[in-house]
Amino acid sequence: MADQTLPIPGTLEEAHRPARMLEWLHSWVVTVDHKKLGILYIVYSIFFLLVAGAEAMAIRIQLAIPHNHFVSPELYNELFTMHGTTMVFLVGMPILFGFANYLVPLMIGARDMAFPRLNAFSFWLTAFGGLMLYFSFIGGFGSYGMGNAPDVGWFAYAPLTAKAFSPGHSTDYWALSLIVSGFGTLGTAINIIATALCMRCKGMTLMRMPLFVWLLTVVSAMTLVTITPLTAAQVMLLIDRYLGGHFFDAQAGGSPIVWLHFFWIFGHPEVYVLVLPAFAIANEIIPVFSRKAIFGYPAMVAASVGIGFVSLTVWAHHMFTVGMTAVSNSFFVLSTMLVGIPTGIKIFNWLATLWGGKIRFATPMLFAVGFLFQFLIAGLTGIMLSVAPWDWQLHNSYFVIAHFHYVLVGAIVFCIFAAIYFWYPKATGRMMSETLGKWHFWIFLIGFHITFDTMHFLGILGMPRSIFTYEPDRGWNTLNMIISLGGFVQAIGVLIFAWNLIYSYFKGKEAGNDPWDAWTLEWSTPSPPPAYNFAVDPVVRSRRPLWDIKHPQDPDWKYER
Amino acid sequence: MSTVPIFADESWRLPSRGRVGMFSLIVGESAIFSIFVVAYIYYIGRGTYGPTPQILEVPIFNTICLLSSSLTIVLAEHAIKHGKVRQFALLWGLTMALGIEFLVGTAIEWRKLIFVDHLTIRTNLFGTTYYSLVGLHATHVVVGMIGLSLVMLFTLMGRVNQSHAERIQVLALYWHFVDVVWVVVFTVVYIVGR
Amino acid sequence: MSMRQRRTPFSNLFCPTLIFGLCLSAASAFADGPQAVPSILAPASTPAYEIFGLSLFVLLITGTIFVTVGGLLAYALIKFRARGDDDMRQEPAQVYGSVQVELAWTVIPVLIVVVLFLTTARIIFAVQDAPKPKSALDVTVIGHQFWWEFRYPTLGIVTANELHIPVSSKWHPAPTYLKLLSADVDHSFWVPQLGGKTDLIPNHPNEMWLDPQSPGLYLGQCAQFCGVEHAKMLIRVYVDTPEQFEAWARNQQKPGVQDEAVAAGRQIFDTEACMNCHTVSGTVARGTFGPDLTHLMSRATIASGAVENTPDNLRAWIKDPDQFKPGALMPAMQLSDQQIDQLVAYLTTLH
Repeated sequence: MADQTLPIPGTLEEAHRPARMLEWLHSWVVTVDHKKLGILYIVYSIFFLLVAGAEAMAIRIQLAIPHNHFVSPELYNELFTMHGTTMVFLVGMPILFGFANYLVPLMIGARDMAFPRLNAFSFWLTAFGGLMLYFSFIGGFGSYGMGNAPDVGWFAYAPLTAKAFSPGHSTDYWALSLIVSGFGTLGTAINIIATALCMRCKGMTLMRMPLFVWLLTVVSAMTLVTITPLTAAQVMLLIDRYLGGHFFDAQAGGSPIVWLHFFWIFGHPEVYVLVLPAFAIANEIIPVFSRKAIFGYPAMVAASVGIGFVSLTVWAHHMFTVGMTAVSNSFFVLSTMLVGIPTGIKIFNWLATLWGGKIRFATPMLFAVGFLFQFLIAGLTGIMLSVAPWDWQLHNSYFVIAHFHYVLVGAIVFCIFAAIYFWYPKATGRMMSETLGKWHFWIFLIGFHITFDTMHFLGILGMPRSIFTYEPDRGWNTLNMIISLGGFVQAIGVLIFAWNLIYSYFKGKEAGNDPWDAWTLEWSTPSPPPAYNFAVDPVVRSRRPLWDIKHPQDPDWKYER
Repeated sequence: MSTVPIFADESWRLPSRGRVGMFSLIVGESAIFSIFVVAYIYYIGRGTYGPTPQILEVPIFNTICLLSSSLTIVLAEHAIKHGKVRQFALLWGLTMALGIEFLVGTAIEWRKLIFVDHLTIRTNLFGTTYYSLVGLHATHVVVGMIGLSLVMLFTLMGRVNQSHAERIQVLALYWHFVDVVWVVVFTVVYIVGR
Repeated sequence: MSMRQRRTPFSNLFCPTLIFGLCLSAASAFADGPQAVPSILAPASTPAYEIFGLSLFVLLITGTIFVTVGGLLAYALIKFRARGDDDMRQEPAQVYGSVQVELAWTVIPVLIVVVLFLTTARIIFAVQDAPKPKSALDVTVIGHQFWWEFRYPTLGIVTANELHIPVSSKWHPAPTYLKLLSADVDHSFWVPQLGGKTDLIPNHPNEMWLDPQSPGLYLGQCAQFCGVEHAKMLIRVYVDTPEQFEAWARNQQKPGVQDEAVAAGRQIFDTEACMNCHTVSGTVARGTFGPDLTHLMSRATIASGAVENTPDNLRAWIKDPDQFKPGALMPAMQLSDQQIDQLVAYLTTLH
């Protein structure tokens, strides 16, 4: 990989292979290199993607038929809580910060992140938090086979989480692991901001940064004010549970609604923290495979920053049914609809980038196209849900689950797949198999639509979420079976992907520096890049430095405004 | 990579990493404090039983000490920027002394609240919100003191000089943040809330 | 490497068309009365009607946006695809932006948002701040883990899990106003055909109203995760004609039936701690932790809708509640079979 310890010839023979292996492993544990840490984050996330995916499959098997006994109610409640918590905190956040770690220094022509040791510390904190969360299955004095895994929903509403109603340790594992990994996330966010603001190569003004870097800086800034409310609320929860506090104790004058506000003040911007990096990835991939510069770069920057700010004002659209006044409800309807505007503008900009281009449908682009359609639909169902009266019906129903999985899987996971196919050659020096990639895409796409298109109807037909089983006479049976089957199809797609990752590492075609004919700085380094990234500090004059080199008679800096 | 220089004499200046990093940390910490402050304000008057904020005595002396420590730390920063290590050491020590006084004062105040007024974090809603907010701030003062102590240690070992001025400024930023938070907490708890 | 595989416009549009078609067919199935499937597209009460009307309007707007933008996307992907390797030698014209276009596609969404917001706000106020008529019936709903308590303060009735309310109509409006409280954790009252859901939150009373237009049985369930048996906290709303409601209410107001033939069973009830959790009015049983059992046999189901109210189910439930609802807060009382027989005989007289 990217470490460059050159063995002295003759000293390391076959017999010393275990020692070399140990040395190799050790280099990964002590590394402060942003590229290795980025890969560690991504591998960690893919592992937990498979774990949380298995949890989802267990949920779907349980729900495939009514009154099923595949898992007990207690285990089911643990499964859906862990599925949500894992996917958000141990897959979504780490993988996106992993990509940031790997790419941001390369894209701005820097040698590493601003604080390499903080970088390593943050990763291990996040990793440890995740392990602590999963230790809950076996730790403590929980039920046999199920342990004390969190079972209060990933949103852990008070007062269900009070000592009185959750006497075991499940809530504590939830709160503590997330506090720990939250500090890791905070460290990485600080690092990304400092890197983007302070380590850019000569000539790279803020308005010449790749949109990927812009979006991840906005995401990091949002993280600073997003994860922290959750940490604060979780500390309050632990004070209630262990120090006899009364923050959420209705009898003492406290209020469960305060938990809801604090949680969603975190929870809503959090989903933008998750989706903005998906936009970042699309912003890099769509132009390259359309052979055109991104349309309206300044507007894209403005829209991204705008989304960052407005998303901090919409949180109570998760609370339309809680009994707020009509005025409050109306305010949040308005702010939620407003945040849809810059988001929609981005879709138009991508459309305009495709328009007039020469579109190449390699695997990264296939996933990016899937993302475009699916994000359009997800955004529109989001607008539907922003209409509070509609939400009074569909809040906590399977329609909401369909909506947010459309965003999380249809938009974010599709972009993550696109990103892996796109940057894998850079990180490993080998191309992933296009054939396997296309199989992966089509199978996953079909499975995704079978499951999540159908799921919208379940919500419309009145099925609420978080239920371990349902009544057989409500007309939900067939739809649930279809949804579960779609889950298996997606699982096959993901397994093909996992195989592709491993197979291509050993047998993939050599990639070279710039297999996709792209334009940002990371494609000017060897694949994989050496530890120091750039032999000579780059100097740039436009948003697409490699375009300028490849088209010296027609460089970007002549036209960019 | 493109080695074409843009303009031969263009100066390329970017902000300092330490400062940006510390500002980012401060933004994050401010968000945490905001949540505790909002909870405190929302819960004013909503406790259904137990001691009320009337039992609080306004900690004027503590506040003066803590806010003065911001002044002394600024003077210390100035001293080290100009290479006056001895002056720096004195002012830094003075800052620490004022910080310690604040912590001792808080401890005395809490001793009275706990043993005389019987107010603890578990007594009632007021106790919970009061000790959480003021305690969170005191924790940050303690963390700041640890940072200050390390610098003091290095100074006494003779290892601090003018070249460290910027790093010391970054640490001082944290100390200023702690002071500003105290202004907010003081106002909310001892003035507005009583 | 083949570059000819791509998303066809057919596959792009197939799924959404299917959705839309199913929506329309569901809409055409919207009945004027109750149905087994608790669909939000089958409104039977004014709040549900208002929401349904608004949702059609919103669907129209979002559907149009989808067809337009999706159509343009599909068109672009087909028209501007690369045609073979030769075509790739020349880069297309680089367009960096266009102020006019960008302005247009900012202004139009703003206008759409204004329209959507105003229509939405109107319905919010219409439903939430509707003036309460004098003819309204007041019911207090108290959520428990994992059952519903219904109290009719003006009628002096306390019952559980099955809500009886009078039918309403434009000429004789008789809405029911529900006051929503909770005894423990958060719950949510959702009967899709009758209206949107509202949460039950401890120390935070909420209110909602229903005015069902057709008599019959409407189904719903708790819609806020409240613990282990959240899935089994079902709701049955019986909308009665005025005569039916009158008869039901009068029966509920009577104290518990005192049948001497089952005195043995009542004795067990009163001494084996059942009375600590349950109330049977007219006897010493005054417990409020569990449902009021005074008129248990007037209900079609037990365990909050989990199973039918038959003597066999009653016996199984009392023997071990975990059998139907593992995690239910009613403990198995370790009674002998004979004791359970007598108890069931007693309970089945409580009409």
